[in-house]
Amino acid sequence: MSELTFDSAVIGAGVMGANVALWLARGGMRTTLIDRGEICREASGVNAGTLTLHMTRAALIPYAMKGRALWLSSQAWLGADVGARSASGFSLAFTEAEEEMLVKRAEARSAMGAPIRIVTPAEARAIEPGINPTIRAAAFCALDGHVTAYLTGRGYRAALLQAGVALHEGHGVEGIGVSDAGYVIRRCGAAPIHARRIVLAGGVWLETMLAWLGQHVSVRCLINQLIVTERMRPVMRSVVGIANGLLSLKQFENGTVLIGGGWQGKGDPIRGGIEPIPDNLIGNIQLARHAIPALGETRVLRIWLGLESETEDAMPMVGPLPGLTEAYVIGCVHSGYTSAPYIGRLLAERILGREPEQPLFDPARLMKPRQEQA
Amino acid sequence: MSAADLIIVGGGPAGVEAALEAEAHGLSVILMDEAPQAGGQVYRAPPRAFSGAIQRQADPIGVRLRDRLSASRVQQFFDHTVWSVSPGFRVDALGPKGPVSYEARAVLAASGAQERVVPFPGWTRPEIVGLAGATIMLKSQGILPGRLTLVAGQGPLLLIVAIGILKAGGRVAAIVDLASRAEWLADWPALASRPDLAVRGLAWRAKLARAGVPILYRHAIRQVEKVGARRVSVTVGPVAANGMPLAAPLRGFEVDAVAVGNGLTASTDITRLLRAEHHFEPLRGGWAPKLDAYYRSSVSGLYVAGDGAGIAGAAAAACDGRLAGLCIAHDLGTVAEAEFRRAAAPLRRDAARARRFGTAMAKLMALRQGQVQAIPPETVLCRCEDITRAELTRAVGDGARSLNQLKAWTRCGMGPCQGRICGDVVGAVLVVEGGTREDVGQFTGRTPFRPLPLDQLAGDLAYADLKLPPPAPL
Repeated sequence: MSELTFDSAVIGAGVMGANVALWLARGGMRTTLIDRGEICREASGVNAGTLTLHMTRAALIPYAMKGRALWLSSQAWLGADVGARSASGFSLAFTEAEEEMLVKRAEARSAMGAPIRIVTPAEARAIEPGINPTIRAAAFCALDGHVTAYLTGRGYRAALLQAGVALHEGHGVEGIGVSDAGYVIRRCGAAPIHARRIVLAGGVWLETMLAWLGQHVSVRCLINQLIVTERMRPVMRSVVGIANGLLSLKQFENGTVLIGGGWQGKGDPIRGGIEPIPDNLIGNIQLARHAIPALGETRVLRIWLGLESETEDAMPMVGPLPGLTEAYVIGCVHSGYTSAPYIGRLLAERILGREPEQPLFDPARLMKPRQEQA
Repeated sequence: MSAADLIIVGGGPAGVEAALEAEAHGLSVILMDEAPQAGGQVYRAPPRAFSGAIQRQADPIGVRLRDRLSASRVQQFFDHTVWSVSPGFRVDALGPKGPVSYEARAVLAASGAQERVVPFPGWTRPEIVGLAGATIMLKSQGILPGRLTLVAGQGPLLLIVAIGILKAGGRVAAIVDLASRAEWLADWPALASRPDLAVRGLAWRAKLARAGVPILYRHAIRQVEKVGARRVSVTVGPVAANGMPLAAPLRGFEVDAVAVGNGLTASTDITRLLRAEHHFEPLRGGWAPKLDAYYRSSVSGLYVAGDGAGIAGAAAAACDGRLAGLCIAHDLGTVAEAEFRRAAAPLRRDAARARRFGTAMAKLMALRQGQVQAIPPETVLCRCEDITRAELTRAVGDGARSLNQLKAWTRCGMGPCQGRICGDVVGAVLVVEGGTREDVGQFTGRTPFRPLPLDQLAGDLAYADLKLPPPAPL
């Protein structure tokens, strides 16, 4: 077998691709993981790292709960500390309309198994004294937490190499051909890679990657803004959000506070995240300071953008590609970072010929005939 | 939101000259700077609260610059910290009254330079100041770094700081110069282009000799250790031409302050943020935006002049600024082709002459790879986050190849300075570990350019008035 011939090739070395590759290699397959850049340098390395059920789509709660547990035990199965910490989490309501939304959303998520309950302002502030006393209600979940996302690549890289994955960083792929023996991955300026199976894990670039195989799916690209403050005194120990999902706040052990919530910046899949929108920065921090007033004491240190992918129905695309043999896709998972260790493993199980313990998300539902493409 | 034809970020010689020139050609110009008055670092005005001698000693070039600016119609926003420039263009700043933003058809980045120090054990001690920092203390505030100061590093700032200390009544223990005497002499042809400065340099050296200040050529600091209350012991040793330490003989100095600097690097916050193309020019400070002959960057409407385009000094910055102002007015259509050509020719000659001197000085300030290579493993490189060279080496061993991956894996460059202090040296360290400066790249440009007090940015706002986007899906 040649050095560039594999049982499985995973394209896209974000956290989804890294998980699939890891479990395929551990499952005995000769596996390669290919990325045009360095491992986990896109969304997987720059997202807020929140392990929250408050912001997870209700239907994905069972996956997120499994994913969260895997993150918290990563030392055991990944062999690396990626700063995963368990914490309690709050979602807050400041107005009557928000309270209504809070209750409705908490019920929907509870119905899917999330241990979320509504608490009074006094109860909330007893657990998290930093919360603005003007809240009307809060939803509480004991199962929350966070990961230090920028360490993801460092942790996975060591694990992948140890599992024997052939990691090709800095190798852009320009197309995929189908051959008798499987797939031929054409790389820019390097020899092609041959693989019996192929997994596309390209995040917001999945639309382009699927088109290489003649599969047409619309993938929307969200440009999420993230903000970090300077180190400050401890002002909060829970993960704090708001009923409408437009805020995520957490303070790390080093004293910095990460402010997220999916406020949009400018960018696109070709150029990446280009620039924050100043008004969105100001809105995001106004909301953050309203939730935890002590944040007013610190300084905003850095703003960056992370790209998030979304399908037309905002549900994941994880499973075999229709009409092809042994070709798979994984991506567009809401709260995907939280679920990645679990969903990546489910797909690996499927590829290894075992029955995954929870259903995948059939990409066939999203396929369009070619002429519909703009 | 107000609008203008041109927004200039930076009120040093490049920014002010560009503003005056562009305004004289009919453009509406906004000039912004975080300092209270124009002048930049080299011509920084003494604080207004200071009276008497320090005001009279202010550099006449700076005084004239400020006078001309006050007499112009340039809209001036000093005490305004620019924190974002968005394409198209919108410039956001935090001023004394809170956040403001302005729009313009063109932006000129005239944000100057920042100081580089090649780390050595003890370099983060409070007794140590940068050479450029010391210049500002001495010139604009009349403050000595210490009673007895060791002056070390490379380039013309060594002389400027040592002389400034003597003039202000302080003592200089020694000048420790990375360059050899021959390297200074090699630049005579360029120095001859500015006889005034060359003569001044000779007078300075005579004054240092009279004061008995030893100059140790081809030497560098090995380490600085605390020896008592406000006293440090500085170990100095010889180096090879590339800055690599040579075995012996070592010398010790006991002083209460050290001024040290290894040249300047271009301040590229704005051009990196807007993803303009950059190139690595080791003899002009390192990474700098690529420009054409009209000061245009690769981003349409974004211009760069002064040390932010590559180190060439204050005199060149003033000439480049003037020419850039003219070029922008030409691009925006207020100067006809014939007039532009007539006006540009003499300015180009002045700029070229000023640059010859400036680039000779910049060459003396270039980073020496042997010095970087010899940084001991336990030495802190990123002083905001306390990241040592050994931690960097481990991250490289774990597979980090680019500055940005290194930043993620170690937090190097994630602190309040945003990598401005360590970025260039850390890039050079990565090259020691393998690859080229181009492979290693630069830290991605991010807003805010300076840390922003959250309360000031958020302002006072009732929750009901907050403009919220639509809710996330359930």
